[in-house]
Amino acid sequence: MTVLCWLETDAGGAADASLRALTVAADLASSAGEELAAAWFGPAGAVGSAELAVAGVTRAWAIGSAGLTGYAPAAWARALAGLSGAGASPGSSASSGSSASSGSAASSGSAGSAGEEPASAIVAAATDHGNEVLAHLAAIADLPMAANCVSAVREGPGEVRLVRQRWAGSLLEDAVLEARLALLTVAADAVPAPAAVVPSAAGGASVPVQAYEPRLAEGDLLVQASESAERRSGVSLASARVVVGGGRGVGGPDGFAALEELAGLLGGVVGVSRVVTSEGWRPHRQQVGQTGTKITPDLYLACGISGAIQHMAGCQGAKTIVAINTDAGAPIVTKADYAIIGDLHQIIPALVEAIKARREI
Amino acid sequence: MVANPVVANTVQICVCVKRVPMVGGAISVTPDGLEVDVTMSGFTVSPHEECAVEEAVQVTERIGGSVTVLTLGPPEAAAQVRDMLALGAGHGLLLQTDGAEWGPVATAAAIADAVRDRGFDLLLFGNESADTGGYQVPVRVAHALGLPCVTGIKRLEIAVGDGAGGSGSGSVRAGREYRGAEELFELPLPAVVSVKEGINLPRYPSLPGRLRAKRATVETIEVSQDGEGLRKERLRVPPATAKGAQLLGSGVEAVPALVGLFDELGVLP
Ligand SMILES: Cc1cc2nc3c(=O)[nH]c(=O)nc-3n(C[C@H](O)[C@H](O)[C@H](O)COP(=O)(O)OP(=O)(O)OC[C@H]3O[C@@H](n4cnc5c(N)ncnc54)[C@H](O)[C@@H]3O)c2cc1C
Ligand SMILES: Nc1ncnc2c1ncn2[C@@H]1O[C@H](COP(=O)(O)O)[C@@H](O)[C@H]1O
Repeated sequence: MTVLCWLETDAGGAADASLRALTVAADLASSAGEELAAAWFGPAGAVGSAELAVAGVTRAWAIGSAGLTGYAPAAWARALAGLSGAGASPGSSASSGSSASSGSAASSGSAGSAGEEPASAIVAAATDHGNEVLAHLAAIADLPMAANCVSAVREGPGEVRLVRQRWAGSLLEDAVLEARLALLTVAADAVPAPAAVVPSAAGGASVPVQAYEPRLAEGDLLVQASESAERRSGVSLASARVVVGGGRGVGGPDGFAALEELAGLLGGVVGVSRVVTSEGWRPHRQQVGQTGTKITPDLYLACGISGAIQHMAGCQGAKTIVAINTDAGAPIVTKADYAIIGDLHQIIPALVEAIKARREI
Repeated sequence: MVANPVVANTVQICVCVKRVPMVGGAISVTPDGLEVDVTMSGFTVSPHEECAVEEAVQVTERIGGSVTVLTLGPPEAAAQVRDMLALGAGHGLLLQTDGAEWGPVATAAAIADAVRDRGFDLLLFGNESADTGGYQVPVRVAHALGLPCVTGIKRLEIAVGDGAGGSGSGSVRAGREYRGAEELFELPLPAVVSVKEGINLPRYPSLPGRLRAKRATVETIEVSQDGEGLRKERLRVPPATAKGAQLLGSGVEAVPALVGLFDELGVLP
């Protein structure tokens, strides 16, 4: 048996949130004395071998088939179920309807088969995709699932002891997951990112990557994502290294120009509080917090934000928080690492000038 | 069980909401470590779910149909159903429990049973419940009913065919942001969709809405649960996040220190 970690990929290899999930998967595997395997959707070269070796992965699977071109949550769940031997082959799900197979049968086989990578746990990042796919997997294989885990160790056969987030991380839950196959997603903001991998660090170790061609049920591809053409350029809020935050203290929609300029200089993006989105000053996709995006930057510069518990739930994964606030008594001042007491409308432009001046030297 | 009347070109929507403590400035746990301390707080539903109700009301205002609000919870959860009726939903349905916490597997099974024969075209949910954050009830309900499903949606367009109104023709186009890009899905009706805050700005309840909600009957069905694979042992507040910030100074005089810090952090261009 192995612990199987499903990695989401981006242009640079495994996504940051997935690398964090991989560290929790590695701890779970070592607590169980099991091997760590990784899987992703896409070509074999999508994730670097060195990255995997350093994380302790010993086997890897690149999942793909002719019919599986983009993101399709039920199909991806079916593929992971087949690979891990979760016992949810085509035809066994209520939602699959017919059991017509659209991928050719490379492996797996009929219901209840072992799977090519028999697993005791599947671990994924608690992203929109990660939670969605594992929920489908849980439903088709009739298994429990624990979302937003912070840590997990095997306690015995069929039992995983875990800590997970409730209330978006404002509370922690100690829990036991009883299941033949444990399904876990990992809260990226509660787990530190592993150090960046220099290829030589792996000591030349390489991880064999095998191709896995899943068998799908017809209904599995009914829901598929098409990505709209206007892909917003640049960094996403969830994975930005620098986030410049603006709250009610920014004063109105016009005040954000200075924050955008600063974010641009630092190669980052602007994030905002809920007051800002509900006032319509900025779009909701920029909201940081419990009902917005969770961020994990190296630097979060929170300007004119009071630091409400629901806001902090979204930025507790920041390595360093710096607050700029006129009120020394604002909650953010005790929750941040550094603070400047003052008016952001004076400080931000001065900061922009100072950074520009420095660059020109 | 009463099925919804089939009216062409309209849409019958059920929205599932969950009663949760209203958390203000801080959150604390009861001495036994098993529950959130609610002695000082009222109850509410998640903003995602409030947005789901608003979306349903807007859709039916536009194309006609009905909105039913469903909750599974203690008898007191009828208050949250009424809050949602005040926003414009027409019918309330309470799956009444004895007040113990229900897990996502049992919750989904009970919801699926309750809605199965009611002829809904669309089941709307929040993306995750505010308290337990299971991220799974909508997907489990979809599988139990054999319906297509998508989660985390922030843009929804509904097109009903001539035969809709519980007969299941028509489709939804649903969009969400993922890693800075827009993902689009198209699902045939009937379907399950979970939404996030940001899809709309929920209205405030009107006075007539509130009066109507107060008088409305909330249909009640008693439900009971089996065990769950995920067992809660204890809740705790995470180790102090209060770092007690180091002051870098006041006003623009602090800017050089701030630039120095940015340099140390390696975030300067
Ligand atoms: C269920 C629920 C979910 C929520 N989800 C979220 C969420 O996801 N994200 C979120 O952010 N909030 C969320 N909230 C709202 C949250 O509780 C707060 O209301 C919100 O975060 C406050 O936003 P703010 O800090 O911008 O505004 P305020 O609390 O009004 O704070 C403004 C701050 O700006 C400072 N200030 C004013 N002028 C200046 C100036 N010129 N220079 C510098 N500082 C200045 C003030 O001293 C003050 O500290 C949620 C609430 C609930 C109930
Ligand atoms: N007890 C409940 N009653 C009604 N709906 C619920 C309940 N629990 C969860 N839901 C719905 O399912 C969504 C996701 O919940 P969860 O899977 O618990 O995160 C919520 O936003 C609600 O729409």
